[in-house]
Amino acid sequence: MAEQKKEVLVSVKDLQQFFNLGKKDEVRAIQDITFDIYRGETLGLVGESGSGKTTTGRAIIRLYKPTSGEIMFNGKDIAKLKNGSKEMQEFRRETQMIFQDPYASLNPRMKVKDIIAEGIDIHHLAKNDKDRDEQVANLLELVGLNPDHATRYPHEFSGGQRQRIGIARALAVQPQFIIADEPISALDVSIQAQVVNLLKEIQEKRNLTYLFIAHDLSMVKYISDRIAVMHNGRLVELSTASEVYNHPLHPYTKSLLSAIPIPDPEVERKRRPQPYDSSMEEDGQKRTMVEITPEHFVYAAAGEVEGYKAAAAAYNA
Amino acid sequence: MADYKINADSFKLAHIEKEAQEHISTPSLTFTQDAFRRLKKNKVAMVSLWILCIMIFLSVISIWFSPHNPNTQHLNWNNLPPKLGNLNIPGFNGHGLVRGEYIDAYKASKVPDGTWFALGTDSLGRDLLSRILAGTRVSLFVAFMATLFDLTIGIIYGIVSGWNGGMIDNILQRIIEIISSVPNLVVVILMLLVFKPGLLSIIVAIAFTGWVTMARLIRAQTLQLRDQEFILAAKTLGESPIKIAWKHLIPNLSSTIIIQTMFTIPTAIFFEAFLSYIGIGIPAPKASLGTLLSDGQKNFRFLPYQMVYPAIVISVLMLAFNLLADGLRDAFDPRSAR
Ligand SMILES: Nc1ncnc2c1ncn2[C@@H]1O[C@H](COP(=O)(O)OP(=O)(O)OP(=O)(O)O)[C@@H](O)[C@H]1O
Ligand SMILES: [Mg+2]
Repeated sequence: MAEQKKEVLVSVKDLQQFFNLGKKDEVRAIQDITFDIYRGETLGLVGESGSGKTTTGRAIIRLYKPTSGEIMFNGKDIAKLKNGSKEMQEFRRETQMIFQDPYASLNPRMKVKDIIAEGIDIHHLAKNDKDRDEQVANLLELVGLNPDHATRYPHEFSGGQRQRIGIARALAVQPQFIIADEPISALDVSIQAQVVNLLKEIQEKRNLTYLFIAHDLSMVKYISDRIAVMHNGRLVELSTASEVYNHPLHPYTKSLLSAIPIPDPEVERKRRPQPYDSSMEEDGQKRTMVEITPEHFVYAAAGEVEGYKAAAAAYNA
Repeated sequence: MADYKINADSFKLAHIEKEAQEHISTPSLTFTQDAFRRLKKNKVAMVSLWILCIMIFLSVISIWFSPHNPNTQHLNWNNLPPKLGNLNIPGFNGHGLVRGEYIDAYKASKVPDGTWFALGTDSLGRDLLSRILAGTRVSLFVAFMATLFDLTIGIIYGIVSGWNGGMIDNILQRIIEIISSVPNLVVVILMLLVFKPGLLSIIVAIAFTGWVTMARLIRAQTLQLRDQEFILAAKTLGESPIKIAWKHLIPNLSSTIIIQTMFTIPTAIFFEAFLSYIGIGIPAPKASLGTLLSDGQKNFRFLPYQMVYPAIVISVLMLAFNLLADGLRDAFDPRSAR
């Protein structure tokens, strides 16, 4: 991936999403989110619960109306598009989401084939009923399900199978970009690997771009080309998977990494989780994403850049 | 036993057929089919359902095949006791107390031989059975209209309120609070300033207030549903709000809708009967279960049948609707069953 000339597919700039704006219970869910996603890559987004990962994903796919900021998709700003407009419908076809809860993400009153074909119907992608059925059968096959089950209802399937149906629904409109919001965290560990591998396989077949949201680094490292780390509604570090994993710079990333158990009893015994002191964020300094080493961004104030650069140099020494 | 040796040949890999593993053998039941299967097991609800079907059938068919005209008066034949043809069943043989004597009232009133009134006549000589059938029809019509308002105003109002949330929801909910704080009776009496007493004013009153509970329930459920991931998925696919309401919300609200309708109906029937009973409902010559009760009550001590039969009909009607509603609730919402 790194060798090809990188083409930016999604470019998010200064994205902010506040809830209950101007009321007493205003929530600043995400602030100053800036990052690019390259065509064909998987960007992993990690962070603890409540850090704003879901909000970021939903703002980008325009389930929310962003409070401010820019979301460029294929060179067009979609942050201010109106729901139902022609450009918006086009964007809706090109971007899809895979959800976390396989039990809540399928309408229990619809047949599998109608669930999967929903997008086909909305965007008129089938010539006739026969074509529609064929497309559904192909999609079921693609995600590893038996096409004969198209007329069944979601409650007859297991969690892993349901998640595959959700994936098929997203793929039905032939999107370019898929946001997967913790698609495996509700599944059994044994099924998790299956679903992740399925996602990878489909990515290759269909040349998809993923934003893969998760809260633990280990699975994200496996699937992602680059990783973005979120904390407290802000992006704190962004780089290639191996950089983030092996050369973390931001103290929050270090703390996150130190919490991963290591499958080696010798090393695991010596592992010491590093607590993260978030008070450093509250000192009122203006911070932005700074490129410390090529392709390695850290959310830093002007005065902190030198320190991070030194730390990065120390890794390479 | 002891010298039995286990070696590698004793084991062989189980052959798992992928197809068989994925196979689902139970018949595919939709939620609704499943609910009706549960309903069919509930004897009380099924009996109620049959009783209602029969009552609806009889009251409708009596538009064309009424034993007598419910409004024709036979002033000479008033207050006749029930008589079923020439069958000599006690209580249905045309005998009754006439001026202190227990005699054949039909002979005394010189009723021709082939004429009889199955449930007797009222004080103006009108056939009680025909009037009960006509009155039941009024009750069922009121029930039908109440259902119609529940299904239109109630559902749309609830979905709009719950789906939009925020300011719109706030305003719509305040309106509901105002509406439900005015007693129904006051609404009807105000209605009488504009309309003549009758079916129209009752129905307008129901249109004003009858759907409020439905709207509230639907709103509460919509609030829950709209953040469900399958609704979000429909949004990201570009489904329009109206289609989302039709394809996703209403099917998932259907149990609430069915159950609440079944509870609205007896309320509406009782409302009409009550208004007619106190004299501001269906006006004089027309029959309604309420007016029949109030007429019958005047002669209750001497001619009890004039009140007893309408009372039985309205009780059975309300009871059947309520029991069916209970059964439907248990069938559609299995958690609520004991
Ligand atoms: N609709 C909303 N209204 C108000 N606050 C919200 C809303 N959605 C999210 N928030 C708040 O925004 C913050 C970020 O939430 P978000 O769901 O994005 O976190 P997350 O990183 O996805 O967490 P998790 O790992 O638990 O899914 C939280 O503090 C949450 O309470
Ligand atoms: Mg989340």
